Amino acid sequence: MTTRMLKNIKRFLAAALFAPAIALAAGPAAPLDKAPVTTDRASLQNGAKLFVNYCLNCHSASFLRYNKLTEIGLTEDQIRDNLMFAGEGVGDLMKIAMRPAESKVWFGAAPPDLTLIARQRSGHTTPGADWLYTYMRQFYRDPSRPTGWNNLVFENVGMPHVFWQLQGDQVAHFTDNGDGTTTARLELVKPGLMTPAEYDAAVADLVSFLVWMGEPIAEKRKTIGYFVLIFLAGFTVLAYALKKNYWKDIH
Amino acid sequence: MTTKSQALLNWIDARFPLTSTYKAHLSEYYAPKNFNFWYFFGSLALLVLVIQIVTGIFLVMHYKPDTSLNSSGVSLAFASVEYIMREVPGGWLIRYLHSTGASAFFIVVYLHMFRAMIYGSYRKPRELLWIFGCLLFLVLMAEAFMGYLLPWGQMSFWGAQVIINLFSAIPIIGEDLSTVIRGDFVIGDATLNRFFALHVIAVPLVLLGLVVAHIIALHEVGSNNPDGVEIKKKKDANGIPLDGIPFHPYYTVKDIVGVGVFLFFFSAVVFFAPEFFGFFLEFNNFIPSDPLKTPPHIAPVWYFTPFYSILRAVTYPLFGLDAKFWGVVAMGAAVVILFFLPWLDRSPAKSIRYRGPIFKIALAIFVISFFILGYLGVLPATPGRTVVAQICSVLYFAFFLLMPWYSKIDKCKPEPERVTFK
Repeated sequence: MTTRMLKNIKRFLAAALFAPAIALAAGPAAPLDKAPVTTDRASLQNGAKLFVNYCLNCHSASFLRYNKLTEIGLTEDQIRDNLMFAGEGVGDLMKIAMRPAESKVWFGAAPPDLTLIARQRSGHTTPGADWLYTYMRQFYRDPSRPTGWNNLVFENVGMPHVFWQLQGDQVAHFTDNGDGTTTARLELVKPGLMTPAEYDAAVADLVSFLVWMGEPIAEKRKTIGYFVLIFLAGFTVLAYALKKNYWKDIH
Repeated sequence: MTTKSQALLNWIDARFPLTSTYKAHLSEYYAPKNFNFWYFFGSLALLVLVIQIVTGIFLVMHYKPDTSLNSSGVSLAFASVEYIMREVPGGWLIRYLHSTGASAFFIVVYLHMFRAMIYGSYRKPRELLWIFGCLLFLVLMAEAFMGYLLPWGQMSFWGAQVIINLFSAIPIIGEDLSTVIRGDFVIGDATLNRFFALHVIAVPLVLLGLVVAHIIALHEVGSNNPDGVEIKKKKDANGIPLDGIPFHPYYTVKDIVGVGVFLFFFSAVVFFAPEFFGFFLEFNNFIPSDPLKTPPHIAPVWYFTPFYSILRAVTYPLFGLDAKFWGVVAMGAAVVILFFLPWLDRSPAKSIRYRGPIFKIALAIFVISFFILGYLGVLPATPGRTVVAQICSVLYFAFFLLMPWYSKIDKCKPEPERVTFK
């Protein structure tokens, strides 16, 4: 187990002393922001760095192998030197040491595997990326929660704000609309290491990486798709000419 | 033909009816020359069947029907699907072809059935042909339902939970019946294994047998056409229908055009929108199944939603049996009633081209109701939506049950002697 993991576990054992957070499956409480998802290599690599450093302690990516990251332009040596800490092999799956049974006690719900999170969070009209992008930017201070954090998109989420040092502290102001609904507004009360614009860009990189991870073949799939459609269009035109020729005697 | 190959053919023909079968079903099977757009979907259904069988074989090579958990706490079944998607060379394509093929199958089959309804293809002498087709539809629904359990995602599990529980609503035998279907008291490994066996062996065998029977019946009575007149009534001196043309080469070359157009749209989905906005692959099914976590909204895949809506529309208990049971009865009846269509229709004309306004209005109401039911089946039920679903369910059944009456009084135009062809 890495020291990083131990530190994280210690941090949350304190939280576990309180009543476990109840993680509810929440619908979008606030309108979702459009995620600027990109397939740009540098962004995906930055996303991978953020993912491995911030997420891959509590969340696994158990369908993804480390050496799959060569597909976003990293070499195996770069992966080994920068993204692997616990003596795994470069062909290993991105698993974690934390056991779901224990993390369920600590957080109220076991942190889900994130390999498919971007696909899981999708809706008929909203990409999962929008949900993730909004979610990661809408944590706010809430002393009533065991972790000290709450989220506008995922109310009473068990997950603490892992990017709090980067984003800084937000607080939520709720205004009653008088019709039973409330409008929430977030205010940055303590700046983090990043400016809001830098933070948004970092989250966008992370979300782009999560989208890539959900279906690494997606880009290639579309490229092949263009060729397939061009071929089929040509095939159909020829087939139609053949049909016309055969049918010219039918009156 | 060279003498050598002729000799080989003679040798085969003396032992197997190769030439005569080829003639009977292709080169001398006379189909009406006036087939239109609607006549592509029979051959397309056959194409999709082939796609499903071929891709299915390759999926079975890598899929594991096993609910036991791997070291990451994910079932082997779910993990094997992701393994196919990520690590099997070309596996993603095979899987998307199969998942898109399932929806495509229902699209072409629904259009194929609609064709039969507008041109009266179920009418005498094609009643058995229609019944084989209805059986095919029923078996296809079973095949799709069982296949949907295999990825062992949240929707696989909870969809099966909802549907199998329906059987327990049947009085007396219900509980035992649903236990037999599950192979257990809860949906689990036994259920997954038997659904796998049924999905890859038993049901496809039945499906193939029925397809053969469907085609034999078709070639026995001959194809209907958009005018709904029998081409066999007018034959030339050689006994060949005047309005008939050999299926091969005329309809083989024509169907290839249909194949090209179909595959274009099919590939557009496979390569650019394989989930098809969560309608072909539901997003919740990317979450491994969890028996302890009921999804907030359980919706069947789109092709079941009209019937699911009819099921949910029944909210009144009757004769001491609860509403759920009558919902199951209504849903079953919605499919079974199709079988009786040949005897419900009393219209003098077969084709919509010569039928009166009442049928056209009835059909339009039926189609709109079917679409609304399908749409409502995707959404969670609310009191308002339930009322709409009830109205549409009544209209759905009214189309069939009132048909003996309205098809008789409808003012039809005289049918032509020969098919119309420009």
